[in-house]
Amino acid sequence: MKVKYFAWVRERVGKAEEILEPPATVRTVEELIAWLSGRSEAYAYAFEKPKVIRAAIDHAHVKSDAAIAGAREIAFFPPMTGG
Amino acid sequence: MSCPVTIRIQEDDFDIAREIAVLTKSRTDIGAVVSFSGICRADDDSAKIAALTLEHYPGMAEEEIRRHADEAISRWPLNGVTVIHRVGRFMPGQNIVLVLTASQHRQAAFQAAEFLMDYLKTSAPFWKKEESATGTGWVEAQARDDEAAARWTKS
Repeated sequence: MKVKYFAWVRERVGKAEEILEPPATVRTVEELIAWLSGRSEAYAYAFEKPKVIRAAIDHAHVKSDAAIAGAREIAFFPPMTGG
Repeated sequence: MSCPVTIRIQEDDFDIAREIAVLTKSRTDIGAVVSFSGICRADDDSAKIAALTLEHYPGMAEEEIRRHADEAISRWPLNGVTVIHRVGRFMPGQNIVLVLTASQHRQAAFQAAEFLMDYLKTSAPFWKKEESATGTGWVEAQARDDEAAARWTKS
């Protein structure tokens, strides 16, 4: 799946997007965040406050317990500040 | 009753008068157009803002605005909706966002414009980064914006 990062999540991770294949045991957004956090210090820093992080699957907002099965694109970002 | 919807995310500036003219062209059923424009301001609560950079999630931003435009159309009798959101780097005084709502009567146009702006602030994937004399930092989301959006879900 394609994983995208925006705003300070992107800056902390150090990249805008990447292709990842998490293990089958990673089933939800929450579990994906935990798995990402274990990859390196940069990810751990980006996801240090998981409750603050918003997620979208295939361009639609989702909650942290959403299943990631079948997702083509998952995005992580801080609360939005547009308008 | 047709309700054309225009959604654009662009770096270029917009011309409010021109966008209203496009929205109302050849229509005689529109009695009210409400226009909201959001402008980059220099004075924040703390420091003077020198510039603002807006980042967005291409694809999702357009889709999210479209979902809320569709919801606005289902809630109010609208005859046209235009949402233009700029991205890039802005100086104080420059335009950032434009929302136009057209209806037969003013109430629907006013309410729909407010509804769209409240959701643009809280659920459309855009992020602002501020530059000031004290440094550069991402703007934090405001609880008051969440509260403003939440009132539309109350019965």
